[in-house]
Amino acid sequence: MSRQATTNTHTTSLRTAADWGLVAVALPTLAALTQPIGARGGETLGWFGGSLAPLFLIGVVLTVLAGRTAPTRIKGAWTELAGIVLAWLLPLHLLDEGVDLSAGAGVWLFLVAAILQLWRVLGALSARPGWTRSVVVPGLFGLGLLIAWEILVRGFQVPAILLPAPSRIAGALVQHAPVLWDDFRQTVLISVLRGYLLGCGAGFAVAILADRVPFLARGLLPLGNLASAIPVVGIAPIMVMWFGFDWQSKAAVIVVMTFFPMLVNTLAGLSSAERIQLDLMRSYAAGYGRTLVKLRLPNALPFLFNGLKINSTLALIGAIVAEFFGTPVVGMGFRISTEVARMNLDVVWASITVAALTGSGLYGGLALLERATTAWHPSMRRR
Amino acid sequence: MHSPSPSRTNGATGQPAPAPIVEARSLSLVYPTADNRPVTALSEVDLTIARGDFVSLIGPSGCGKTTLLRVIADLEQPTGGRITVEGLTPEQARLKRLYGYVFQAPALYPWRTVERNVMLPLEIMGIPRAERQARAREELQRVGLSGFERKFPWQLSGGMQQRASIARALALKPDLLLMDEPFGALDEITRDHLNLHLTQLWRSTGKTCVFVTHSIAEAVFLSTRIVVMSPRPGRILDVIDCDLPRERTLDIRESPEFAAIAHRVRDGLKEGHSYDD
Ligand SMILES: Nc1ncnc2c1ncn2[C@@H]1O[C@H](COP(=O)(O)OP(=O)(O)O)[C@@H](O)[C@H]1O
Ligand SMILES: [Mg+2]
Repeated sequence: MSRQATTNTHTTSLRTAADWGLVAVALPTLAALTQPIGARGGETLGWFGGSLAPLFLIGVVLTVLAGRTAPTRIKGAWTELAGIVLAWLLPLHLLDEGVDLSAGAGVWLFLVAAILQLWRVLGALSARPGWTRSVVVPGLFGLGLLIAWEILVRGFQVPAILLPAPSRIAGALVQHAPVLWDDFRQTVLISVLRGYLLGCGAGFAVAILADRVPFLARGLLPLGNLASAIPVVGIAPIMVMWFGFDWQSKAAVIVVMTFFPMLVNTLAGLSSAERIQLDLMRSYAAGYGRTLVKLRLPNALPFLFNGLKINSTLALIGAIVAEFFGTPVVGMGFRISTEVARMNLDVVWASITVAALTGSGLYGGLALLERATTAWHPSMRRR
Repeated sequence: MHSPSPSRTNGATGQPAPAPIVEARSLSLVYPTADNRPVTALSEVDLTIARGDFVSLIGPSGCGKTTLLRVIADLEQPTGGRITVEGLTPEQARLKRLYGYVFQAPALYPWRTVERNVMLPLEIMGIPRAERQARAREELQRVGLSGFERKFPWQLSGGMQQRASIARALALKPDLLLMDEPFGALDEITRDHLNLHLTQLWRSTGKTCVFVTHSIAEAVFLSTRIVVMSPRPGRILDVIDCDLPRERTLDIRESPEFAAIAHRVRDGLKEGHSYDD
């Protein structure tokens, strides 16, 4: 019944109401048709100058029409998405054909239309809860950015030394996989993991101690502010002098960086229990330990995760920067600093990619764990 | 402060004298404050609560009802006078877990299911798992929450949450139940319903209840004795016997006896106000 109604509304809006969004997409498309799509062998190339461009154009128009007549808005959005993919493939195809896009205003206008269209489709898809909204939409968004980067870099022939195209970075990732894996193992699996566990563990333990010994908390908290202002580049060389080139110095830098965030967050979490909840434990004659385990620590979980998440990022940055100041000949920071000097920017970008993926992986894993263990917290409910 | 008083041991004596469950003599409590103007929350309070009584503390806000209840529960230390709970100091009584306390808010732990909330005091007492669960189920059934064991507190209405917190207090099987405006935040219909529930529970379990309220109707409906209090300084003005039959339905509120007692309570409260000005 209600489904019927939606369908009708949709059909009605197609037939009678003006769809300004579609007009906004159509205008740059029409303008694009009046412009050349690039140059080949020194000659400008029009839309109908003997390339496959007209086929792409027809395909896109067909999918838009199909999307407009689809039974539901969502199904229409999926169909239009196929058209967008086709539109985005056109410049890639032309590049493969050796067409110089920097002179092709038509292609760029066409891309503007495709971006507008993607905008509309993502808008429609985000109305749908669940996987579509939480995974597909951000995924498509990211993919769109990557492809735009690819097209711009290659279309305007940006030198790879300034900014390589994503495809080149991916190529470097595959080509240098063994080296990158060794770097990953040295930096992440050895230095970061150990430093992170030590730093967070120590911060947590000292927070528990400071909770029992109030003057400790009062003395340490101001130091926390001080420590958060210490620049990594300042302490990293010192730690390398103290602890040598291997993982110990990196772990030491990470401990310095992560200790206080963990301490501060744990203390805040421990003091977040409400008076009435504490009174309840007291009325049960529960001692310090039981109150800690049954009430204060569970209550502090959101704060603990906050500290752990901040620290996962800090630890990675700390390890990489510390490796700039001396390391065995392996590690992500070492790789970046030496390959920059050798102008091997592809490898640098591949290392950066590994670091970024590692960082988001750590953060995301912790966020998932947090979601699983603090589903009761108001900020986590109904999401 | 520890006076070796108890000649009475728990239970074992064959025919116990009708010893009061709570006895306060010229009890005072002064809160120190930051601006150096201490608040006298309790002044020269004398109160005897007999076993099996349902005693309501009534008075305008700020008259020390919560403070008195917290002193009985050893959540607050008196600054003068004497008080015994089951013949012990409040601290000893607390350490022996002789009372259950129902707070103004449900204070359920959001990370625990309703059932595990009720099991919390039993966990702390070290009672084995199977028995914990059986007792939690029993108490939840008593307050009419069967079928909600696996729900989380936020999935329950305010009235149901407060019932769960009563079940949690009952799980300790205390003889003394201390309740601080447990229904204060609820709407009147829910409140009537819970009052009926509470009076039945009190009658069927034979517990002693100390109940804080600022509703005259609620006090008269539930109590065997009503303690009328007055603020600045917090003190007891009057103790009114409420000799309605022990078995009560909501209809009793229409009876002339009910109206007469309510009238006495209202007069008592007015007396306190004339002191004020
Ligand atoms: N922790 C405290 N510190 C200072 N003053 C308090 C504290 N608790 C209560 N008071 C004061 O003591 C008086 C009695 O409070 P309370 O027992 O909560 O009254 P009631 O429960 O009857 O409303 C009030 O004036 C209140 O402001
Ligand atoms: Mg109060």
